[in-house]
Amino acid sequence: MTDNRTIALVAGVLALLTAATAVGQFLRRHPDRGLDLAAIRTFNGRLRGWWILCTVLAAAFWLGTTATVVLFGLVSFWALREFITLTPTRKGDHRALFWVFVAFTPAHYVLVGLNRYDIFSVFLPVYATLFILARVAFAGDYKRFLERTAKIQAGLVVCVYCLSFAPALLQLEIPGSEGPGSNFRLLFFLILLVQFADCMQYVWSRMLGHRLVAPTVSSNRTWEGLLGSATSTALLAGALWWAAPPFQLWQATLAGFVVAAMGFAGGMTMSAIKRDRGVKDYGTLVVGHGGVLDRIDSMCFAAPVFYHITLLVTGIKP
Amino acid sequence: MLSPADLRALPPEPHSVGRSRSPFCQAVGLGLAALARLLAGASIRWIASQPDTCQRVYFANHTSHLDALVIWASLPRSIRDLTRPVAAKDYWSRGMVRRWLAQEVFDAILIDRTDIKVHQSPVDIMLREAGTTHSLIVFPEGSRSVTGEVGEFKSGLYYLAKKRPEIELVPVHIDNLNRVLPRGEFLPVPLLSCISFGPPLWLERGEAKLEFLARARRAVMALKE
Repeated sequence: MTDNRTIALVAGVLALLTAATAVGQFLRRHPDRGLDLAAIRTFNGRLRGWWILCTVLAAAFWLGTTATVVLFGLVSFWALREFITLTPTRKGDHRALFWVFVAFTPAHYVLVGLNRYDIFSVFLPVYATLFILARVAFAGDYKRFLERTAKIQAGLVVCVYCLSFAPALLQLEIPGSEGPGSNFRLLFFLILLVQFADCMQYVWSRMLGHRLVAPTVSSNRTWEGLLGSATSTALLAGALWWAAPPFQLWQATLAGFVVAAMGFAGGMTMSAIKRDRGVKDYGTLVVGHGGVLDRIDSMCFAAPVFYHITLLVTGIKP
Repeated sequence: MLSPADLRALPPEPHSVGRSRSPFCQAVGLGLAALARLLAGASIRWIASQPDTCQRVYFANHTSHLDALVIWASLPRSIRDLTRPVAAKDYWSRGMVRRWLAQEVFDAILIDRTDIKVHQSPVDIMLREAGTTHSLIVFPEGSRSVTGEVGEFKSGLYYLAKKRPEIELVPVHIDNLNRVLPRGEFLPVPLLSCISFGPPLWLERGEAKLEFLARARRAVMALKE
């Protein structure tokens, strides 16, 4: 995977992060510029997160496809823990939950690793759903039955099924590709777009935003943020189209636009769940845990759509 | 302070400091502690309180069979080696594995809940086994709560405090473990839980039994925030 484009991408990311870190440290040492101190601290915190993210990703990429699938599997597992911990379940759900955690989640990622698109695309939405419904019924507690099974299923689909489409990108056979490097670049392209869209959403909402999408759900997500983020992400995707192997310029731009919109939708959805449970973020629920779900909510929504757009516009077969 | 009568009751100490467990049992203990923390996704908080090797009684709400193991696993290793869970004999002496775990790995003090004698009250057994160096983990509710609410405390904690007023009583709140392993289940679901240690308290001079027990219970519940 040491082709020129990969090297260019890695070098570009390193240069950007280093430059941003230098600026962040400069601002921290010179607090007299009239800038918001809290914003600088947030910026530096975010940067630290990106360094960690890039390091972990680089390590996983370097170790290969299997390692990356396992990494995403662990992230899914942890996110599902947070999701179910936050969701009230009853004792009658215990056995169903046990199998969801120890059997369905790992089995799904094994299928992704084996590149069995024919099975993994229906395994959780169909078979896990049927199992959860039946197992909870067998447990004999019918109180709010549909509500309880829907909660478990929603957690499984969002945290496990949707996220797994990101590592599934590594299995696509990209025509005229230069080895596995192309697939890793495609995955990195998605991650970069999602992260960038998150930032842009914040920036645009801060700068011009005044029409809140749903004030009862989120007090900082605005229509201006959504549109601005989708447009800027589309522009970035267009500028980086050479790094994402199967795409032409317009395809990359379209992917950027849709990824940003989906990421926004993911953030809104998780906000709604958190509002309902009366917590600010998944990290505060259990002190000391970073709140994995807070980090990946946009990714969960963007990954399957990005995957299928890639199939649709390029004609690649899964 | 210890009265002369109590001192006479204490020695000979059955557990000298650092009673040597076999390396195998120590390894199993370390492994189980790590596994329990991982499985229960336990985040550990010390609120206005610090880990310390001084003699303490950790008292907690009781929600799951995992409670004692997870509290024990949440303590730093040096303290863990000095800390003995107090557990029900009827559960922990059933079967070879459980008995071995309780005796050799956790070094638990097993209390017979069905056969309580006047001269062998559970409190006397606990204090004798604790000696002057070991800390204890107790669950003053007596049995696991069904609803998840913290039940009324039994009087044992009061008599412990009365006989050894210098021991620090540390409230511990266990959150969400009852969902990891509910009553009547044997397979755990790996959710996230939270173990909070609070500031130590002592029996005040002249404090009545019910008053003290209510205060101790409030101290546990306050850690839920």
